Amino acid sequence: MAADGTLVKRHSAWVRMTHWFNFVAVLVLLGTGLNIFNAHPYLYWGASGTTVDTGGRWLAIGSLRERGMVMVGTTTFDTTGLLGRSAAKNGTVQNIAFPHWATIPSWRDLGLARNWHFAAAWLLILNGVVYLAYGAFSGHFRRKLVPGPAELRPANIARDAVEHLKLEFPKGREALDYQILQKIAYAGTALLLLPLLVFSGIGMAPGMDASWPWLVDLFGGRQSARSVHFIATNLVVAFIIVHLLMVVLAGPFRLMRGMITGWQRVETAK
Amino acid sequence: MSIMTRRGFGGGLVAGSGLLLAGCDALVSAPRARALVQGAEQATQRWQRLVGRDALAREFSAADISPVFKANGTIAPVEPGYQAHAAANFVDWRVRVSGLVERPLSLSLAQLQALPARSQITRHDCVEGWSAIGGWAGPPLALLLNAAGVKASARYVVFLCADNYGGKADEGGLKSRTRYYESIDLVDAWHPQTILALRLNNAALDVAHGAPVRLRVERQLGYKHAKYVEEIMLVDDLASFGSGRGGYWPDRGYEWYAGI
Repeated sequence: MAADGTLVKRHSAWVRMTHWFNFVAVLVLLGTGLNIFNAHPYLYWGASGTTVDTGGRWLAIGSLRERGMVMVGTTTFDTTGLLGRSAAKNGTVQNIAFPHWATIPSWRDLGLARNWHFAAAWLLILNGVVYLAYGAFSGHFRRKLVPGPAELRPANIARDAVEHLKLEFPKGREALDYQILQKIAYAGTALLLLPLLVFSGIGMAPGMDASWPWLVDLFGGRQSARSVHFIATNLVVAFIIVHLLMVVLAGPFRLMRGMITGWQRVETAK
Repeated sequence: MSIMTRRGFGGGLVAGSGLLLAGCDALVSAPRARALVQGAEQATQRWQRLVGRDALAREFSAADISPVFKANGTIAPVEPGYQAHAAANFVDWRVRVSGLVERPLSLSLAQLQALPARSQITRHDCVEGWSAIGGWAGPPLALLLNAAGVKASARYVVFLCADNYGGKADEGGLKSRTRYYESIDLVDAWHPQTILALRLNNAALDVAHGAPVRLRVERQLGYKHAKYVEEIMLVDDLASFGSGRGGYWPDRGYEWYAGI
């Protein structure tokens, strides 16, 4: 058993490698994806939808009378400066859905964004296959991510939630195992959200629609697949924000060392 | 004094992320980096051909047809030659089949209309992200390819259009930077749903949608579906057209294989 203050092996080489490849892929996919979205900042449910066929539209980002607007269903929000209308890199105010600092590249370039998006998508998929194979066959998922029945009891989930809200993080050896909310967040992102993003992305490809029509049906049509792709992206962004926040609050140097070198110091318990 | 103040730290963060973003722009637009990521296009094409080389694009029912079919790209060619054809209802329009064929053809619109037509209600997916469903009809490209006799050395079919997109009128010619053109490989050329559409939603094709003849290549994005087609050329190499990447938009960085 690791005593407090000693270095212990925290993450296997497979987990570290796939984590950082995933980091690069997701970063590129996110920035280029927002650039691609800017080419048609509307979302629909169903098979089809255009600027002149708006029956299925549920989300629009645009500008009206020099104000940036987001319309969700029938509700409109003023988002000037952030969404719909914002300053470009050179300071010029422009009508654009997502601002320049959020997109890759920082200017509107659908062709370049798509080139990078699909290369990063291949990286995400191949890296994901390696990760899933490792996780399933090495016992990593079973040991680290799958919650036991006791952990799933509402009382345990409530206790973990309260500890998170009070920013009380486990110390010592206890910190080497994931808590229930962590397990749900990690498993939900790696095993549900990212695969959902991959398959909703594939569901938008006209070539794959011919080969795998069942996939498009699963989402309820091509434009629905595009909507699901966008919603899942938002959930991944929410995960990243919380993930980074938790790392910063719980000990950024100790945790970064663990994910980079594999070795992590066991914190002295109070 | 070199005390790291909170404001200094915050300013450093902003400056740092600015540098990061600038570096990001420089990296993603560097020609060598771009050439590297464009390799994903071949991977995508090989994968799609592996899982469904001959798969048919989804066909919809009449009830699914979009109330208005969005027209995009060139919607009103400014070329005087084209406008004269449009004014005369395209009676003298001809489509040539040339290049690596045994018997070059020059077909009038009436001859194209007399060929057996295929009708299909399909979804048109624009690279921008939108989709519209429409019913198309016209002779399969395969009929023309059979009639002309494709030589064994042919690898691509190039569609040369009457419009100069975003450029000056009548600057045509194979190397033109403005003439719209597109190309597909022989797998898509022989595909049963690849047709020369003469009709949209039970009416003769209108100018905005590519009158009198437009390509439908249903498993790829909208920019592949060349409008105002006047010549169909069988070739073994795409280098002698435009900037050499096989299409107006591919010359501008879009994927040539647009099944994604």
